[in-house]
Amino acid sequence: MSNEAVLHGHPEVVTTHEVHHDEHHVHHHKETFITKYVFSQDHKMIAKQFLITGMTWAIIGGLMSVLFRLQLGYPDQTFPWLEDILGRWAKGGKITAENYYALVTMHGTVLVFFVLTGGLSGTFANFLIPLQCGARDMASPFMNMLSYWFFFGGSVVMLSSLFIQTGPFSGGWTAYPPLSALGDASPGSKTGMDLWITAMAMFVISSLLGGLNYISTVLNLRTKGMSMTRLPLTIWALFFTAVLGVLSFPVLLSGFILLLFDRHAGTSFYLSDIYINGVGALPNEGGSAILFQHLFWFLGHPEVYIILLPAMGMASEILSVNARKPIFGYMAMVGSLFAITILAFLVWAHHMFVTGLNPFLGSVFVLLTLLIAVPSAIKVFNWLTTIWKANIRFTPGMLFALGFVSLFISGGLTGIFLGNSTLDIHLHDTYFVIAHFHIVMGVSAFFGMFAGIYHWFPKMYGRYLNSTMAYVHFWVTLIGAYLIFWPMHYEGLAGMPRRYLDYSIWESFKQFSDLNKFISTVAMIVFAVQLMFVFNFFYSIFKGRKVTTQNPWGSTTLEWTAPIRPGHGNWPGEIPEVHRWAYDYSKDGRDFIPQTEPINPNESKH
Amino acid sequence: MTTTGIFLLAILALGFLITFQIAKASEYVSVLKGEKKAFEQSNKINGALMVVFLVLGLIGVFWCNKLLYGKTLLAHPSASDHGKNIDTMLYITIAITGIVFFVTQILLFWFAYKYQHSEKRKAFYFPHNNKLEILWTTVPAITLCILVGFGLMYWFRITGDAPANAMQVEITGKQFGWIYRYPGKDNTFGKKYYRMIDEGKNNQLGLTWIDSTITKRDNHNNPSGTVDIKADPASFDDIVTNEAMYLVKGEPVKLIINSRDVIHDVGLSHFRLKMDAVPGTPTTMWFTPLYTTAEMKEITKNPKFEYEISCDQMCGNGHYSMKGLIKVVTKEEFILWRAKQKPAYVTAFPDKDPANKLPAPAAADSTKATAGNAAKQPIAAAKP
Ligand code: HEM
Ligand SMILES: [Cu+2]
Ligand SMILES: [Cu+2]
Repeated sequence: MSNEAVLHGHPEVVTTHEVHHDEHHVHHHKETFITKYVFSQDHKMIAKQFLITGMTWAIIGGLMSVLFRLQLGYPDQTFPWLEDILGRWAKGGKITAENYYALVTMHGTVLVFFVLTGGLSGTFANFLIPLQCGARDMASPFMNMLSYWFFFGGSVVMLSSLFIQTGPFSGGWTAYPPLSALGDASPGSKTGMDLWITAMAMFVISSLLGGLNYISTVLNLRTKGMSMTRLPLTIWALFFTAVLGVLSFPVLLSGFILLLFDRHAGTSFYLSDIYINGVGALPNEGGSAILFQHLFWFLGHPEVYIILLPAMGMASEILSVNARKPIFGYMAMVGSLFAITILAFLVWAHHMFVTGLNPFLGSVFVLLTLLIAVPSAIKVFNWLTTIWKANIRFTPGMLFALGFVSLFISGGLTGIFLGNSTLDIHLHDTYFVIAHFHIVMGVSAFFGMFAGIYHWFPKMYGRYLNSTMAYVHFWVTLIGAYLIFWPMHYEGLAGMPRRYLDYSIWESFKQFSDLNKFISTVAMIVFAVQLMFVFNFFYSIFKGRKVTTQNPWGSTTLEWTAPIRPGHGNWPGEIPEVHRWAYDYSKDGRDFIPQTEPINPNESKH
Repeated sequence: MTTTGIFLLAILALGFLITFQIAKASEYVSVLKGEKKAFEQSNKINGALMVVFLVLGLIGVFWCNKLLYGKTLLAHPSASDHGKNIDTMLYITIAITGIVFFVTQILLFWFAYKYQHSEKRKAFYFPHNNKLEILWTTVPAITLCILVGFGLMYWFRITGDAPANAMQVEITGKQFGWIYRYPGKDNTFGKKYYRMIDEGKNNQLGLTWIDSTITKRDNHNNPSGTVDIKADPASFDDIVTNEAMYLVKGEPVKLIINSRDVIHDVGLSHFRLKMDAVPGTPTTMWFTPLYTTAEMKEITKNPKFEYEISCDQMCGNGHYSMKGLIKVVTKEEFILWRAKQKPAYVTAFPDKDPANKLPAPAAADSTKATAGNAAKQPIAAAKP
C-alpha cells in the first residue's frame, strides 16, 4: 500500500496486501528513518512527537516552578549550588527579581500553551481521532506534519529566548501592554518579547493547521455507520476543542500583531500618555491598553476550555470503560460540551472586572459566566452517576480519571466565586486565582492527560506502563496537588497578591512564610515524582510488559480493533463498520459489546 | 556548598532506584501469582485508599481551616462598608459551594470504594434518565441565579456613583511607587499633562503650572509639532505627596486612579477593594473607611498594622515592592495633617510661597478654574 492510498482513503487498495500476523506494519514500501520518525505523516507518529515534545516542555516548565518556589519558600536563604548549575540565573545562589519574573512568565506560557494545548490536544487529537472515528489518517497528513513542525519551531524560538542577553519576556503569560510593549519598562520586554511573540505566532499557526485537520477529519472521514451520535465522547471533546481553537486563536494573533506594531512601527494601539522613568514622555497618544486585554481574553477564556475539554472527553471515556458501565447521559454530555463551547466565547471580560469596565457590561458577564457552571455541573453529576453501581477496575488510567473529577469539582466551585464580580473585586489577582486555575485547569488537565497516557500507551507502544510506579505517581500527585493548592485559597482570602517575589516586607501578607515553605517543599516532592513518571514512560517504551491481546481493557471503541501495533493506515484490511454507540458495557449480561458488532434484534433498547 | 546539591541528587536517585526495584519486582510477582490475582489485590488496595483519602482529606480540610483562618482577612471585620457587603457575599457563596463540595467529593470517593470490582457484582446498565438530568440542570441553574442576584445587587451598590460629598483623592501609580494628590482649598484638581512631567523640577505628575510650548517628538526623536499649555491656576494649591494617603474615618472617599507608565492596580485588601491604574484611561473607586489605623491596630491585635496598598497588576521587576500606605484618621487629625501640607507648586517654586511673599496668586484665580476632576484633561491648544 502506498502513502497515496492512505491519503485518499481507498480501502480497496489495502485489502490487496498479503495476510500477515498482527504486529507487523501494514505497508512495506521503503520508509527511511527520516520519513518514519522525523518528517512522518502518520498521525500516530505525529501524536508521539507532540507527546514527547510536550513532555520535554513539561519538565522544563515544572523545573522553573521548582526554582521560583524555592525563592518563595525560602526568601531569606541562598543556595550557592544553584549558581553552579544555573549560572547567571541564580547569581549568588538567589533568584533575582528579573529572573523570578522571567521564570514565572515562561512557566505560565510553556505550560498553558506548549504543554496543555500543544502537547495535550496535539497528542490525543492526532492519536485518537483517526483511530476512534475509523479513518486511515487525518484529512491532510501533510498539514498535520506541518502542524507539528510549526510547534517544534515555535518551541525552539521560545527556548532560545532563555539564552539572550536581556533575558526572556518577563511580564506575565498574559503579556499585557504597555509593560510588554516597552523595552524601557522592563528588560524582558526587549528582544525577549520579540522572540516570545514570534514563538507564539508559530504556535498559533500550528494550532490552526492541526485544528482544521481535526475538524475536517471528524466531519468527513468517519467510517461507515459511525454517525456523529455514535462517536465516543473523546472525539466530541477533541472536536469542540478544535472549533474553539480555530475561532479564537486568530484573534490572539491579531492582538499580537498590533502589539508588534506598537513595539516597532510607532503605532499607538495600546499606548497613551506614558512617561517612563529615565526615558521621559513617549510620543504615543490615544491608544487603549485595555483593548489588548479584550483581544487576549477573547482567546484566553476559550483557551482554558481548549485545555480542559480533551481532559473531560478522555476522563468520560476512561471512566466508562473501567466502570464497565455506559457513560451516563451521553446526549447530555455532548450537549454540555456544546454549551460550554458556545458560552466560552461569551465570558471573556470576567477577567477584566476591575479594569474600569463599565459596571453594566460587567453584570452581563457575571450572568454569562455563572451560566457556564450549569453545563459543568451536569457533567459532574453524570460522571458520578456513571460510577454509581459500577464494577470499577482501578487501572492507572481510571485512577487519574477519578482524580480528574475530584479536582474539577474543587476548582470549578471556586470559579463561582471569581465569576461573581462582587467577590472578584476582592479576589482578583490574589493567590485565590492561582489556586482556582491551577486546580481546575493545571492539575486537572494534567490528570486527564495522564489518564489518557496510561490508557492508550498500550495502543501507542504495544507495551504497558509499569503499574506500581503508576499507583505511586497517582497517589503522591493527587495528595500533593491538594496540599499545594488548597491552602493557597487562604492566602488569597488574606488578599495576598500573585506574582510577588517576596512578601516579607508586607505587614499584611508576611504571616504565611511557614505555609510558603511547606508548599515549596511539597512542590519539589511532587515534581520528583513526575520525573519518575517520565522514567516509567521511556523505560516502558522499550522494556515494558508486552501487550498480548488486541483489546486489553475490554473496550468497545474502534482503536482496539486495529492490530496491537498498527501501521500507517491503521487497519490492515477494510476499515471496520460501526453498528452501535460506543458505550454498550454490561448490557444484556455481556461485559461489553464492541461498536463493530451488529445490533441483535433481541437486544434490549436503551 | 555544591555538596548539598550532590547530596540532594543522591537521595533523589536512591529513591528512584528503590521505587523502580519494587515496581519491577511487583511485575514479576504478578506474573508468578497470575495476572488475575494480582489485579484483584491491587484493586482492593486502591479501593481502600479511596476511602482513606476521603477521610484524611476531610480531616485535612478542617485542620487547614483551623490553622489558616485566623491569618486571613475574614478573622477581622472589613475596614470599609463595601467590604462588609463583599464578606456577606463571600459567606453566602462559601455556604452554597461548600455543601456541593462535600456532597460531590464524598459521593465520588465513596462510590469508587463501594463499587470497586468484585466477581459477584454486575455493573448496572444505566445509560440515561431524563428526570435525573432535568433535576441537575435546573437545581444548579436556580442556585446560580440566587448567587447572581445577590452578587449583582452588591456589585451595583459598590460600582454606583459616589456620594456627592465624597472627598476626592487622586492616586497615580508609577514604576514602582504611588503618588497621591489632594485638590487643595479650591477642591478642584488642576490640569496636568504627561509631557510636563519633570521629576527634577518637582513636578512628578505634570501639573500645568506655567504657560509653556512643548515640542512633541516622534519615535525617532524628530520634532513633530508643538502643544501649547496654559497654566491652570487650579493646580497651584494641589497637594502632592508620596508619603501616604490620609483618609477620614466614616467619610466617603472617591479615588481617581491613574498610571504614569504601565498598568498597576490599587489593591486595598483590608477594604476588600481593588481597581486597575491604566495609563491614559483614569478609573475611579469609592468607599467609606470604617476604622482608623489606630483602631485597626487594636482590632487585629497587631501594633504594626497598616493599611497597605499593594500593586495587584504585574508591572515590572519591582512589582512586589510597590507599596503604598493609607492612614485612616479622625476628622481632627486629618485637618491637622492637611494644614501642614504645602502645595506642590510652592515646593517647586519656593519664591511663590505665600509665607515668603504676599499675596498668593492661587487663591484669587481658583474660582475661574474649570470644574471637573483630573480625568484626562483636554489640552487647550490655542495660545492667545
Ligand atoms: C465553573 C466554571 C468557571 C468559572 C465560573 C470561572 C471563573 C473564572 C474567573 C472569573 C476568573 C478570573 C479571576 C480573576 O482573574 O480575578 C478565572 C480565572 C481563570 N480560570 Fe476560571 N472559571 C471556571 C472554570 C475554569 C476552567 C474549567 C478553567 C480551565 C480549564 C479555568 C481556568 C482559569 C484560568 C487559567 C484563570 C486565570 C487566568 C489568569 O488571570 O492568569 N477556569 N476563572
Ligand atoms: Cu475565563
Ligand atoms: Cu505596580
